[in-house]
Amino acid sequence: MDALVSKYAHSSASPLDSSEGFSQAGFDAAQQFALPMFDIPMVSNPIDFLRAHTDPSAENRIRIQHGTTTLAFKFQGGIVVAVDSRASGGSYIASQTVKKVIEINPYLLGTMAGGAADCQYWERELGRRCRLYELRNKERISVAAASKILSNMVYDYKGMGLSMGTMITGWDKTGPALYYVDSDGSRLKGERFSVGSGSTFAYGVLDTGYDFDMSVDDAIALGKRSIYHACHRDAYSGGSVNVFHVKESGWEFKGNFDFDKLHWDYQAQPKGQIV
Amino acid sequence: MEYNGGAVVAMVGKNCVAIACDKRLGVQAMTISTEFKKIFQATPKTYLGLPGLATDVQTLAEKFRFKINMYKLKEEREIEPRTLAHLVSSTLYERRFGPWFTEPVVAGLDKNNNPFICNTDTIGCINFAKDFVVSGTSTNQLYGMCESLWEPDLEPEDLFETISQALMNAVDRDCLAGWGAEVVVITPDKIITRTLKSRMD
Repeated sequence: MDALVSKYAHSSASPLDSSEGFSQAGFDAAQQFALPMFDIPMVSNPIDFLRAHTDPSAENRIRIQHGTTTLAFKFQGGIVVAVDSRASGGSYIASQTVKKVIEINPYLLGTMAGGAADCQYWERELGRRCRLYELRNKERISVAAASKILSNMVYDYKGMGLSMGTMITGWDKTGPALYYVDSDGSRLKGERFSVGSGSTFAYGVLDTGYDFDMSVDDAIALGKRSIYHACHRDAYSGGSVNVFHVKESGWEFKGNFDFDKLHWDYQAQPKGQIV
Repeated sequence: MEYNGGAVVAMVGKNCVAIACDKRLGVQAMTISTEFKKIFQATPKTYLGLPGLATDVQTLAEKFRFKINMYKLKEEREIEPRTLAHLVSSTLYERRFGPWFTEPVVAGLDKNNNPFICNTDTIGCINFAKDFVVSGTSTNQLYGMCESLWEPDLEPEDLFETISQALMNAVDRDCLAGWGAEVVVITPDKIITRTLKSRMD
């Protein structure tokens, strides 16, 4: 009888004792850097299964947020990040008030394009790893290292259907830094990026108005205007414009501007000189 | 329907009808024009709405202009909205196995000034309605708005307000429609045409 009791008392899973690596007896620091575990559908080919359900032609398509316009650029005063706020599922507008700038920590920002859940989840996981880095090394992580953590994490899932195109920005020892990271595994350092279905429209305005020596106010106005034009021409972008400024003391939120108001304000303004 | 985008709605009021459309012309995600015409005057008291594939919209608008003029010359009178609906239907069914990609809406007052509205599918199945009809890419949203806003016997000004609100709020939940709107209210003694200012994203 005692043998029976002890047998079951020991083997049944207690809440503390699990694979999460937090039980005192079995603590394993390496676990904290392990890749998260996901349930895999019990079919012969999970990748084909997922693709069949996320394909645009699938009857019950999952995942929202495919259309987007996001941009970030370096200039004399740091970095400006500007994004739209529309989430769409097919041609249906699911939301006009999405936060597409993810605040990883007070010095790091990530932008969101592609799968909303993928961006949100992996950038939060990145935030956790950056915090661990800070605690272990007693200094902030560089933007280069942070973006590489993200890039390496999503690369492990290449071909599994992750969809994200993100810009990681921040200010570290080396000054302002801007990286483009996507779910194909690309990781690019650059001065100026725009990501999403409206990116081509945004690039047009951004490249026309860009000057490295521009003032902070002008840079913010340019970011706003680039997103505005993309929202106007691109059906899958819209809602409002969110602007952030990254400077030495960390990032600062510069405001949310409703598209409708921006449009009629810009219409009332005299047209700028291009040539 | 999804290639160029666009929405049309028509409603019945008290001795009046209204028809409204958005003004977008797009090529999939890219908005090309915000001044695209989708509703056409068929007779002094009848309008034809043609949302759908832009090339077919323009071809059909001309085709129907021709047919309506021929009808007038032969019969020496204006075509009745109900007759126009059947003309539209049979024209579309001629292309049963290679359809015109449009879902027309007919709205007007007949010779006794009784309101008439209807729409058809792409191959000419007529749907006669006593309250409202919707067509285009925002049909789901428009049905939702019309079911909640429409009521019987609206006066012209109230009908204008109702159809405007229905259309504008519907297209604000559709990526492929919007960018301005046009509303026509048909009453026995006058036609009220108004352009609406709406969200441009």
